[in-house]
Amino acid sequence: MRIRRRRDSAYNGIPRWVMAMAAVGALLVLLPLAAMLGRVNWPQFIPLITSESSLTALGLSLRTAAASTVLCVVFGVPLALVLARGDFPGQRLLRSFVLLPLVLPPVVGGIALLYAFGRQGLLGQSLEIAGIQIAFTTTAVVLAQTFVALPFLVVSLEGALRSAGSRYEAVAATLGARPTTVLRRVTLPLVLPGLASGAVLSFARSLGEFGATLTFAGSLQGVTRTLPLEIYLQRETDADAAVALSLLLVIVAVVVVGLSYRGPAPAGSVSRTARPGAPWRVAA
Amino acid sequence: MTFTLDAALAARRFEVSLSLAPGETVAVLGPNGAGKSTLLSVVAGLLRPDTGRAEVNGRVLFELGPSVHTWTAPHRRGTALLAQDPLLFPHLSALENVAFGPRSAGIPTREARETARHWLTEVDATDLADRRPGELSGGQAQRVAAARALAVNPEILLLDEPLSALDIHAAPLLRRLLKRVLAGRRAIIVTHDVLDAYMLADRVIVMEEGRITEDGPTRDVLRRPRSRFAAGLAGLNLVAGTVTSAGIRSAEGLEFAGQHDAPLVPGQAGVAAFPPSAVSVFLSEAHGSPRNSFRVTVTDVEPHGDQIRVRAGELSADVTPAASADLGLAPGLEVYFVVKAAAVSIYPA
Repeated sequence: MRIRRRRDSAYNGIPRWVMAMAAVGALLVLLPLAAMLGRVNWPQFIPLITSESSLTALGLSLRTAAASTVLCVVFGVPLALVLARGDFPGQRLLRSFVLLPLVLPPVVGGIALLYAFGRQGLLGQSLEIAGIQIAFTTTAVVLAQTFVALPFLVVSLEGALRSAGSRYEAVAATLGARPTTVLRRVTLPLVLPGLASGAVLSFARSLGEFGATLTFAGSLQGVTRTLPLEIYLQRETDADAAVALSLLLVIVAVVVVGLSYRGPAPAGSVSRTARPGAPWRVAA
Repeated sequence: MTFTLDAALAARRFEVSLSLAPGETVAVLGPNGAGKSTLLSVVAGLLRPDTGRAEVNGRVLFELGPSVHTWTAPHRRGTALLAQDPLLFPHLSALENVAFGPRSAGIPTREARETARHWLTEVDATDLADRRPGELSGGQAQRVAAARALAVNPEILLLDEPLSALDIHAAPLLRRLLKRVLAGRRAIIVTHDVLDAYMLADRVIVMEEGRITEDGPTRDVLRRPRSRFAAGLAGLNLVAGTVTSAGIRSAEGLEFAGQHDAPLVPGQAGVAAFPPSAVSVFLSEAHGSPRNSFRVTVTDVEPHGDQIRVRAGELSADVTPAASADLGLAPGLEVYFVVKAAAVSIYPA
């Protein structure tokens, strides 16, 4: 249990100038949001966010983000397990590549996806023959969002798996549980909070995805024009609508962060690596 | 119907050959890093040796050699593990923890719960069935963990210092419980405590630097230790006898009064344990309490660290070199050994 103390008189050792810089940093994030809030056309707020094009974009965003979150869980859980528990050559390399979309500009991801699944792409040509077209469809939106959101789930879950350790799994195996049973009845329940926060983060990242979507899926109303794309488009013609929709995304983001962020692990909770000779014991 | 194991693991300088008869419990003693846990891991299938072979009741657990490669996965081995930490699955109730093994074996949920309830009763934990592991004390959790390991009816029960994380009040209770459930069960118990070996095991092996350096019936190993490690352990005075209202009466008729956690049932078999350092040596009968004062004949006087160890049959005492010289201790001398009752632990065996 973490004890939260407010107005604690205990010495915290933070220099004043550090506090000042922290305040500037916080302002850097809060000020633009406050400025945007000041420009919201409140009387027109509800009509603006309930216009047909807005609702279409919002609906598409929610549906595609939900679909990409499902894909992230389906493929991210196995990836996190392999990265956290496996021991094979090229493991570090695999981790680096899986995490690449975190640091890659999304537009670059979009171009890469285009060359893989586009009409002239690596797999796109074969898919075209099979009568499947991906680029510039809703499927492309989901793929682009999954591409950028997958690392969030993998990172979050891998951390949870590592700090849970594999001692319970070792005991479960000696009790006669097959690996699949161990995964279902021991591993996943133990890391459920990590999985949930990873899924929520992936959902949020999918919802906000812009660059890769625009490059790979284009901007067709009702098909590929998600909320961020709609905001970008409205900004040219109707600034009030853009601001109103932006506020909507901010609210969604705040809710998501509130749901998933529980603060750093309390001090002293170290990651428990099992001892190599006795996997049910904590390494000294 | 036996268990045999031959295994070598070069990376840990581990090379062990061991066999267990049905129903035999063997205690593994040894210093830290001697390979005791590695032995359990190899048997459980959590660690793969370089070469070797293991078989239980005619079923091959592994056979690894230049031309053969047979490997049974941990979940097919029938080896349940009870570790120092109870490691109860925190998201399951005590009952579901115990039912975990039977359910994994494909037994229907209701039947698995019945089995679980039976084993919870065996460990006197019926009332804990619905509790979460977080709501159990260390001793309660370890009892539930013992029930969980027993519920799979293992071919070999592996115990890794099952009592060492418990406080002095919980340990005797669980020790008695283990003694009851280990009777007639094949088990390997790694322990630091010579008393566990004495009370729970039929046989003791001593491991040093990845090898077995001593192997024999518990009493023999502790009475006539050949390895350094066992010699250090065996220093403890252990007197077997019959429980009386105050303590233990040995076969020779000596009365040992002492401390005990469990209620004593006179007539029961038991053991009194006390360190040689708690024994004082006098030339004449000590005044005061007549209890725990024994007339003995010195059989041996030898240096032991910076003390002198005085042996008189099965008992030994540690005195300072100066005291030894003052008393003129020598084999054949008749002296009185006096032990403070506070230093004697009585265990019903």
